[in-house]
Amino acid sequence: MQVTITVNGEQRTDDVEPRLLLAHYLREECGLKATNIGCDTTSCGACTVIVDGLSVKSCTVLAVQTAGAQVTTLEGLATADGELHPVQAAFREEHGLQCGFCTPGMVMASIGLLADNPDPTDREVREGLEGNLCRCTGYHNIVRAVRTAAQAGPAAGRVPGAQEVQA
Amino acid sequence: MIPSPFDYVRVGSVDEALSALAEHGEDAKLLAGGHSLLPLMKLRLAVPTVLIDISGIPELSYVRVEGSGADAVVAIGAGTRHHELERDEVARAEVPLLPHVAGLVGDPQVRHRGTIGGTTAHSDPASDLPTALLALGGTVVLQGPGGRREVPVTEFWTGFFETAMSPDELVVELRVPRTGALGWGYEKFTRRANDWPIVAAAAVDGRVALANMGGAVLRATATEKALAAGASIADAAALADQGTSPVADMHADADYRRHLARLLTRRALETAAGA
Repeated sequence: MQVTITVNGEQRTDDVEPRLLLAHYLREECGLKATNIGCDTTSCGACTVIVDGLSVKSCTVLAVQTAGAQVTTLEGLATADGELHPVQAAFREEHGLQCGFCTPGMVMASIGLLADNPDPTDREVREGLEGNLCRCTGYHNIVRAVRTAAQAGPAAGRVPGAQEVQA
Repeated sequence: MIPSPFDYVRVGSVDEALSALAEHGEDAKLLAGGHSLLPLMKLRLAVPTVLIDISGIPELSYVRVEGSGADAVVAIGAGTRHHELERDEVARAEVPLLPHVAGLVGDPQVRHRGTIGGTTAHSDPASDLPTALLALGGTVVLQGPGGRREVPVTEFWTGFFETAMSPDELVVELRVPRTGALGWGYEKFTRRANDWPIVAAAAVDGRVALANMGGAVLRATATEKALAAGASIADAAALADQGTSPVADMHADADYRRHLARLLTRRALETAAGA
């Protein structure tokens, strides 16, 4: 069936099977490979993207369910001239990654977390990211990155474009 | 993992949902947040040929108090998502157990999608919100071709993924008594973040409900009777696993689940009593 979805600020219309998962749509139809598929069972959070302002696990959402919605992936965060989003910059600054597989999901979930709680404690970061697993166990630096990103103010909890990330 | 093919129908009202259910019959499944159904479909444990997407029905998303005084109830639209319930001011003031438990379901991303009606209809014995609803009492409001009916929560969850609903019905609302300032407790035991409870216990107003101690969420009736007869919390909680039939799996054997049921019941009752 035909769906129209705004992906990273760009409206596009695609003919998709109803059973196509949003994660597969983003990777294969849109060619946006930052969104990783890890566990494929709603556990690991590697596929986290933002749909209409809320972080979701795209392996457990059908592409057709997002018809009419705004979807933001990691590729939609940096500006056209390459300036990183505050959360991306903080992950880089604090080395909030080891192998990098969980990183796109961690960054998107962190934006959702900071939208909800602009100045979280370490514990609140850990609880807010409980849906994202790092198999390298690089959590210390991830938590530090989110705390650093929080210092950038409200911009850390926003994604570019019209949509507001909500609690 | 990719589900079997199906047709997808998005509906905008309860009436449209009921018409679609009537048209497609038992081959159809209702899709709300999808965080119970889609994982089952990916494993091909569920193979509906039609999905009716009810997530865009605005009339199903609300929390409000209806009636007044002792008869007042909190009415929650079935489409209310966990993260909405978690933050809802009315729910926090009138029935605080429920938003607290909503905040313990899965993880933030799951709570952004999952709905109270969906978890109610799904009837997983390990689900948090049905456990809380069962302890609170109240009713599940169903709408079908013959109109609306209310089923007491004590009669709703009948077994593993089984409920008192007919295939042509839809959960439209949960109605729970106001508890206001009454004490309450919820104890959820997991070994991993964002997991289902291995066992959970909810306590409020002398009632106790347990998750994952049988085919469906259930009440700890022996504990409740002992409390009503004046037993201490410790003595009443020691009976919590009576009449239950917990499974053994990789997380816990049945005896360990029985131990957890007794322990978590005591803790939940102590929290509810302010002890």
